[in-house]
Amino acid sequence: MASFSTTATVDDPRISLGVGSSPGLPDYATRLRRARLGLLVALTPVLMLFVSFSSAYIVRQGLPTLDPRTNALVRDWIPVTLPKLLLINTGVLILSSVFMELARRQIKVLATRVATAPGVSAGDQTSIPWLSMTIVLGVTFLFGQWTAWRQLAANGFYVATTPSSSFIYLLTGTHAIHLMGGVLGLFAAGIASLLHRSLATRSIVVDVTAWYWHFMAGLWIYILCLLEFAS
Amino acid sequence: MASHEFAAQAAHAHDAPQGFIRKWVFSLDHKVIGLQYYFLALAAVFVGMFLSLLMRIHLIWPTAALPLLGDIRPETYLTLVTMHGTIMVFFVLTTAPQGGFGNYFLPIQIGAPDMAFPVLNMLSFWTTFLAFIVMIAAFFVAGGAPLHGWTGYAPLSAIQSAGPGEGLGADLWIISIALFCIGALMGALNFITTTLDMRAKGMTMMRMPLTCWAWFVTAILGLLAFGVLLSGGILLLMDRNLGTSFFVPLVTINGQLTGHKGGSPLLWQHLFWFFGHPEVYIAILPAMGMCSQLLSVFSRKPIFGYKAMVYAILSIGFLGFMVWGHHMFMSGMSPYTAFAFSIMTMAIGVPSAIKTFNWLGTLVRGRIRFASPMLFAIGFVSLFVTGGISGPFLAQPVLDIQLHDTYFVPAHFHLIMGVASIFGIFAATYYWFPKMFGRMMNESMARWHFWFSFIGTYAIFMPMHYLGMAGMPRRYSQMTEVGYLLDLIPLQKFITYAAFITIAGQLIFVVNLFWSMFKGKKASDNPWEATTLEWTTATPPPHDNFGGRTPVVHNGPYEYSVPGAPRDYVMQNDPEIKAAH
Repeated sequence: MASFSTTATVDDPRISLGVGSSPGLPDYATRLRRARLGLLVALTPVLMLFVSFSSAYIVRQGLPTLDPRTNALVRDWIPVTLPKLLLINTGVLILSSVFMELARRQIKVLATRVATAPGVSAGDQTSIPWLSMTIVLGVTFLFGQWTAWRQLAANGFYVATTPSSSFIYLLTGTHAIHLMGGVLGLFAAGIASLLHRSLATRSIVVDVTAWYWHFMAGLWIYILCLLEFAS
Repeated sequence: MASHEFAAQAAHAHDAPQGFIRKWVFSLDHKVIGLQYYFLALAAVFVGMFLSLLMRIHLIWPTAALPLLGDIRPETYLTLVTMHGTIMVFFVLTTAPQGGFGNYFLPIQIGAPDMAFPVLNMLSFWTTFLAFIVMIAAFFVAGGAPLHGWTGYAPLSAIQSAGPGEGLGADLWIISIALFCIGALMGALNFITTTLDMRAKGMTMMRMPLTCWAWFVTAILGLLAFGVLLSGGILLLMDRNLGTSFFVPLVTINGQLTGHKGGSPLLWQHLFWFFGHPEVYIAILPAMGMCSQLLSVFSRKPIFGYKAMVYAILSIGFLGFMVWGHHMFMSGMSPYTAFAFSIMTMAIGVPSAIKTFNWLGTLVRGRIRFASPMLFAIGFVSLFVTGGISGPFLAQPVLDIQLHDTYFVPAHFHLIMGVASIFGIFAATYYWFPKMFGRMMNESMARWHFWFSFIGTYAIFMPMHYLGMAGMPRRYSQMTEVGYLLDLIPLQKFITYAAFITIAGQLIFVVNLFWSMFKGKKASDNPWEATTLEWTTATPPPHDNFGGRTPVVHNGPYEYSVPGAPRDYVMQNDPEIKAAH
């Protein structure tokens, strides 16, 4: 049984204003937490997409098909030797992930310093080379993937040649499209810098892009292992 | 994207946009986006309803020429079936309860100024809108719209030459579904982040209204399910356009080999139903939440077993991912697998029964106010029970094999997933209309609308159970010349006449909706004397929802008839109530 009490609490306007930030905007820590949470949630369907492809990959491998000439059930899964270039691409992506992490840590230190001591000069220009180098490596990786596709085609493996080649193009292509999203995020960070957005905003953009980038690197290693060892 | 988001948050924190385009078209305001979703669903439901009307007419007058379509061939009938199902499931049942009401009221009910990512929210709506346009465009391309059903079963859906409508029309259908998935995922991201991170002070998870719980769990279901459907859509497009064989086995069309081999139609079914069954709960969970809310408000009682209701929602969401195989009992799956899916399916009956008993428990000894939202909420419970009770029958593989391709199945899912959810949408419309538009809907028209809909629904779908049990197959366009079905034709005619009357009854709703927007009686800020936060703010709510202040929450969402309180309800931001010892 509940009873009514007259202990009142007034609304707290500081909550809506966000302590220590411009009116109406949450503070840096809140924005960073929210952006990271958003990213974590956003990665879930990406994960589900690749889990789904993986299950299809494993199921499709074991399916027989009817050979109309012999009227017998045969396997149409022809293992494809992956281009060695994919290993080099993997190294490029891992290195880019390291650079991305360096950029993230650098700008986060600056943003935290500015947030805790307003008026302190940011002096964050040194973070740009790391970001630029990450972009260069990211584009290099994508170009490397394209080259690997051309090598596959030169060896006679097109999208529809065999189910295994279909999956190679599918998995690498879908991963590349997602990585392009990361490259766009890095460009957004660069543009935010050119537009003189606040350091906090740039830091948050770089932070979530970095975590996304690491996820993409981990995902690529998983894809490579799947294609190499589960074929 | 993130930099746009923060710019959007900053803009939102200040003045409301004044221009028509920024205010009503490309708006970042969750309330406007909610209305956009709602009216998109309203347009879609009339398209879907019109298609069903054409089907009903053709079933009893198979030689009659239909408006816009002329003579109906079997494949045209299948096109109607496909597009009716697709439009209703995606653009009505998924769009209105979650995208519409969820967008509008989730942030207000948890005390937030907007969704976490307003730009993403806007993109989510416009992606869904584009998906609808692409879907409708399928009617107007060479070959017309596809005929593979809303489930898109391969190989019919995977080969361009498989039939009329399976060319460009089917490509557009898949692209539309893919776009819809992307829009729904963006929406789910916003719902989850907003719920977890933007609740007002004092709004603990266990103080959230059940509506918010339902929208939250629905968003999680969408997050896990739509990615899988998207993957299936990508594979399907590759089979259709790039010559791959994920879903297509060695098949011939008109005696010619298609060039595909080795694929598995069952693989598509698994991917589709892994999404498809949670989709049922994506459609019904928000309606459950909304009706739980209304039953408490209009019974003037706390919801019976709040915690049990929350755990039931979570259980239904969890179990919803374990049962997809019960749609595939006909596929020749192992009896052991079928048994496992059967047991899991029946297990869902437990949380569903908990919810039903709690709804009834809420009504018992309540001081019930039979306003129109309450009528529809009670109607929802009725339809949920009636439609749900046939679920355990279909969960038995032995019975399902007999009933699967008969009218018994459409009777079941229309009641529980279709019309029950629609009743939830109606209940929510009548309940929240005053808050959204500042005016009351006409109560007399609302009551007429309820009785037309309630009686009409039962008149349409109850006889379908009997048709199914008598062996009348579904998806067949013409049964007036099949000997053993002739005795059932009068029942089909009865259903069609009932459909005419029920659809006519929906015009009352449309007239009431638009008339009341401009001519309805002015609404007060809290016309239903409800407790949740949307009723603490102005009507309609201001741009930032609470006029620059964030409410502090002290009470649960269903504090009605509290002893000692000055009135029979305690708002969530009222001074705290304490348990008496």
